[in-house]
Amino acid sequence: MTTTTLAVLVPLLPFLGAAAGLLLGRTAPGFVRPLAVLPPLASLVLAVLVAARQGGGTAVDAHTELTPTGSVPIELALHIDGFAALVAVLVACVAACVQIYSTGYLRDDPRYPSYAALVSLFTSAMLLVVYSGDLIVLLVGWEVMGICSYFLVGHYWETPEARAASLKAFLVTKLGDVPFLIGLFALAGDAGSFRLTRILGAVTSGGIDHPTPVALLLLAGVAGKSAQFPLHTWLPDAMAGPTPVSALIHAATMVAAGVYFIARLLPLFEASRAAMVVLAVMAAVTMAGSALAALAQDDIKRVLAYSTVGQLGYMTGALAVGDRGAAVFHLLTHGAFKALLFLAAGVVIHAAGTNSLAAMSRMRGLRDRVPDAYWTMTVALLALAAIPPFSGFFSKESVLGAAEHVTQGHTGHAPGAAGWIVLVAGLLTALLTAAYAARLWLLAFRGRGTEAPDHGRQPLTMTVVLWVLAIPSLALGGLAYRLLPDWFDGRDLTPTLLTSILGTGLALVGGLLTYGAWQRGTALAARPPLGAVAAHPEADAGLVEAEAIATHRPAYGDIAYAPDPADPGRLLLGPLHRPAAAGFHLDAVYEALFVRPVRAGASLVRFLDREVVDTYVRGAAALPRLLGAAVRRAQTGNVQTYVSALLAGTVVLAVAVLLVATGA
Amino acid sequence: MHLAYPAVLSALLFCTGLYGVLARRNAILVLMSVELMLNAVNLNLVAFDVWLSRTARETLHSGQALTLFTIAIAAAEIGIGLAIVLAVYRNRGTSDIDKLRDTAEGPDAEGPDGDHPAAEKAEATA
Repeated sequence: MTTTTLAVLVPLLPFLGAAAGLLLGRTAPGFVRPLAVLPPLASLVLAVLVAARQGGGTAVDAHTELTPTGSVPIELALHIDGFAALVAVLVACVAACVQIYSTGYLRDDPRYPSYAALVSLFTSAMLLVVYSGDLIVLLVGWEVMGICSYFLVGHYWETPEARAASLKAFLVTKLGDVPFLIGLFALAGDAGSFRLTRILGAVTSGGIDHPTPVALLLLAGVAGKSAQFPLHTWLPDAMAGPTPVSALIHAATMVAAGVYFIARLLPLFEASRAAMVVLAVMAAVTMAGSALAALAQDDIKRVLAYSTVGQLGYMTGALAVGDRGAAVFHLLTHGAFKALLFLAAGVVIHAAGTNSLAAMSRMRGLRDRVPDAYWTMTVALLALAAIPPFSGFFSKESVLGAAEHVTQGHTGHAPGAAGWIVLVAGLLTALLTAAYAARLWLLAFRGRGTEAPDHGRQPLTMTVVLWVLAIPSLALGGLAYRLLPDWFDGRDLTPTLLTSILGTGLALVGGLLTYGAWQRGTALAARPPLGAVAAHPEADAGLVEAEAIATHRPAYGDIAYAPDPADPGRLLLGPLHRPAAAGFHLDAVYEALFVRPVRAGASLVRFLDREVVDTYVRGAAALPRLLGAAVRRAQTGNVQTYVSALLAGTVVLAVAVLLVATGA
Repeated sequence: MHLAYPAVLSALLFCTGLYGVLARRNAILVLMSVELMLNAVNLNLVAFDVWLSRTARETLHSGQALTLFTIAIAAAEIGIGLAIVLAVYRNRGTSDIDKLRDTAEGPDAEGPDGDHPAAEKAEATA
């Protein structure tokens, strides 16, 4: 088979799996698990084959036009360069891991068939985005991911948190998608094609008249999808979905789509210095703010969610300094270790019966209950904190190195200001990242207090996947920059000495600060354990998690905050702790700016409709009603009366006609 | 025979039938009165057909043909009518038209109060 055929099969297989899963889910439950697991695995094999054949060389391009579509043609096009090949391998790998994990995690879930089919559909859409060489086809995948995310976040739609979170995720990403669509049309209008290669050709030849507005419009969609400030608020709330969904969608793939999109169209963004500076500021605010917020969260998954936002900030930062090699490199390593972190967190939540770090810190011996999750999560947290030689170190250093390179002003493609912004924010975030990673590890696995409850061994499907993902978290970074330099635009990704020392030093400082704060706080931790523990800890993992999330607000009065005096994050952040736990009250600002005006407008319209329009309608009906009441009195039920009236009427008419006819 | 005789006779017959329909109480007698009216019309049809065909050289006697139709249909009609009266009598024990007032406007169907909840419901489902 040609590379093109293989590449077409990669997104097609999960799509067929999803369709078959939806059709057979009820009638043949035995087929659901194979249909869920096998297509992503096959896609993974094919994606690896495609990557091997592409080999980091020239991009594979193929296109066909199904039907003429007017002025700007829409074509089914593939454009596979080194980035696309690698990202597709990552997506297929994480999707396969997540599907295997889900068979154990949602073992007893009655809605598992539709869940698995939606995950497959989602995977297929993401692979479509990765391989597509036509922006409209890319948009199709982009929107399918949006709707799949809506359904999957709302998987536990019985709980109000999940319902609200799925609606919020959908609305906020759509808020970005509207400008995104307009931007796409403007871009295609200038370039005369939706094909990626033609657009990039038009950019290099200066064929785009207004790169700044187009780039900013596209940036809005990217900010929504990739959860960048100010449209990031949906991501922490989306943790109301099952953990595998968080791992797949909200760590490794969907949120990466925005970054990947900019990476593909980077020359367009480079054509506008304003867009690059906006991108840099967005990245800086996102990473610093989200790292502070992550330090204050109580829900283990919300810590990871804010961490995802921050790491995506690193990627956009790398793009803002014009180095897409570093951005995609970080995307790959982050995808691996963040998926691992989420999946391990799912195991921990199941074992502890709670998602609250405050409650976990009062359990002794949780790490002995889940040794697999303990060791793999340690690896992933070290990778997250960018400690050498774990994979996160190399990718983060390549980002910081690129920023440092730009600050020296040798580059024409990115403004020096963007370099400084990204570098300073990146170093600050490195410190904070290490701090919250250390806090999570200490609170979850070094807890003191009563013995952690024993619910037996975790399912094998859940623990094996963790070790599979631990390998890239450990080794991908070190291998990738040595073995695959051609795949990343041929740029050198070797860590530079200055940023490596600065970054690692700051990370160590952050970790040690947290350790010190934790040691000081342990004296206060002797108080009895807090609430937010699932009612049925023996049940299957998905149910435990849903119950834990549902009990968090009743126990602590807030979904993100816990009144825990022993929390090292509280000591480190001081007065910032409360606003950081609430995400710096951005949700409250949106509530005041958008939600309340819309609600007020809706109640005004309701008032106008009910009271004003309806009054006219009722008034117009009054006269016919009166006439009807008068006529109704004639209805005596006596047939002879009716016939008499009929006769009288006929006579009157006949006389009238006669009079008229005779002219009298 | 002059046309006036059958015309007057049919008018008398029609008026008798009309009086019966309007004034009799027994449903069977009302049906019989209807029959009288029909036959008045038949008489008219035949008389005028004869009067008109007197001058014409060739005629289809459509009036008389129509009369035959009317007689056939009237037979069917009276059959059904009597069957209905019989069924009503068996059901109600009476064939008095004055007492058969099921189609009368009931006292409780005074419009606007009754339709409010229904309107609310329609709005909710819309």
